[in-house]
Amino acid sequence: MAGENPASTTEYIQHHLQNLVYGKLPAGFERETESGMEVLGADTWTMAHGASEAAAMGFWAIHVDSMGWSIGLGVLFCWVFRRAAVRATTGVPSGMLNFIEMIVEFIDGSVKDSFHGRNKMVAPLALTIFVWIFLMNLMDLLPVDLVPKLMGLAGVGYQKIVPSTDPNITMGMALGVFVLMIYYNIKIKGTGFVKELTMHPFNHWAFIPINLFMELVGLLAKPFSLGLRLFGNMYAGEMIFILIAMMFAAGAGTGLVFGGLNAQFFGEDTDGVFWLVIFTMVCGVCWMNLKGKISTGKTVLLTLGLLTIGGGVFALGGGLMQWGWAIFHILVITLQAFIFMVLTIVYLSMAHEEDH
Amino acid sequence: MNINLTLFGQMVTFAIFVWFCMKFVWPVIIGAMEERQLKIAEGLDAADRSVRDLEAAQDKVANQMKEAKQEASGIVDQAHKRANQIVDEAKVLAVAEGVRLKVAAEAEIEQEINRAKEELRSAVAGLALAGAEKILEASIDDKANRVLIDKLAAQL
Repeated sequence: MAGENPASTTEYIQHHLQNLVYGKLPAGFERETESGMEVLGADTWTMAHGASEAAAMGFWAIHVDSMGWSIGLGVLFCWVFRRAAVRATTGVPSGMLNFIEMIVEFIDGSVKDSFHGRNKMVAPLALTIFVWIFLMNLMDLLPVDLVPKLMGLAGVGYQKIVPSTDPNITMGMALGVFVLMIYYNIKIKGTGFVKELTMHPFNHWAFIPINLFMELVGLLAKPFSLGLRLFGNMYAGEMIFILIAMMFAAGAGTGLVFGGLNAQFFGEDTDGVFWLVIFTMVCGVCWMNLKGKISTGKTVLLTLGLLTIGGGVFALGGGLMQWGWAIFHILVITLQAFIFMVLTIVYLSMAHEEDH
Repeated sequence: MNINLTLFGQMVTFAIFVWFCMKFVWPVIIGAMEERQLKIAEGLDAADRSVRDLEAAQDKVANQMKEAKQEASGIVDQAHKRANQIVDEAKVLAVAEGVRLKVAAEAEIEQEINRAKEELRSAVAGLALAGAEKILEASIDDKANRVLIDKLAAQL
């Protein structure tokens, strides 16, 4: 949480956008430790403390959080669908199986609509992409502070729980699709692929360099558009969640009485404690109302009063906005997963068709 | 935005999950679904067929009913006709019998008349003889008289 201080606001955002990185610090890197600065004698594989160390690791680093969540969600996908596959019967499907079959049928329909070649891999590929990306995007709907705070309590400094806000993840999948595109282009078309690259759109030998340039740009644009579109959308969505969360915190900081006390005596870090107190009191009031000890009118008044004291009007607004954006975001995450899947199908379909 | 090993990690993970899905998930689910689709189609077909069969059976039943009714009414007509015929025959027979009885009765009556005439004749002859006897008393030859009297009797 952060108050109105601009420095801590920036810090808050940066903290949220920093991955948990494990990688190789190069020899000669000056490392900040508890006992002061330490110069590394040799290449060291270690967990990065902060953005500067992560940046120094360069290419030889891995985002532990992105990879972990991504693999975890992938395993979840495999587990759920495998379970459905084992239970699949030709009889009347029920419950979970129904839901899974609905998804499978939807994917099958999409593939049949736009892919006309014969390839047993496209449909499972599309299913994996759709469900996996959807699950990764879905992590965006968890409250932005929840998992990082819990992880912080467990001693893990950084945690980005939405893998699709990491360009490595989205570009990794896009490149995977790209590799398949190239593979099938060569496998299906053979020399026709070279011809497509050199003799399109101007069918004359003199235009070969121009054709090659245009076609290569077109080809390379595909994985980039695929990966960066998903990344951009999810990153922006995550950003908005963070900004709304900051407003929420700022609201707490501007509380009439406690806000002032808070700033005077405790500094920034006690926002959480302060909110816990307010929250407990509101809960207490509601509980008393349920037990019949105070009237509903009084309950509303007391709750509003407590929230006003805590700057809760702002905070409540923040919460509502968070909620509203989350609802809107459900559309975005589904749509992005769908777009990634459909474009993959279309690209692979193009790789299978001789003339386009 | 650091591009690093995560990129390749994700590519490998991606490949593994796609392979898993292709091997153990997709064919099983889609196979079961297609099989079920087939089963449902067959079931619907069977339902259609049974409806058609039912209609055909109902038609057949109606036809048979109609035929049976026609047959029954035919039988009844025939029975009526036969009954009339029997009655007519009986009438003819009765008339014939009546005529025969009448003829027999007439014959008997004639016989009776003849017999009565005979008796009357002999009775008259006897009476006449007795009368003559009384008239003539004993002198007359009985034999010659008898011939005369029989002649008389035959003339009656």
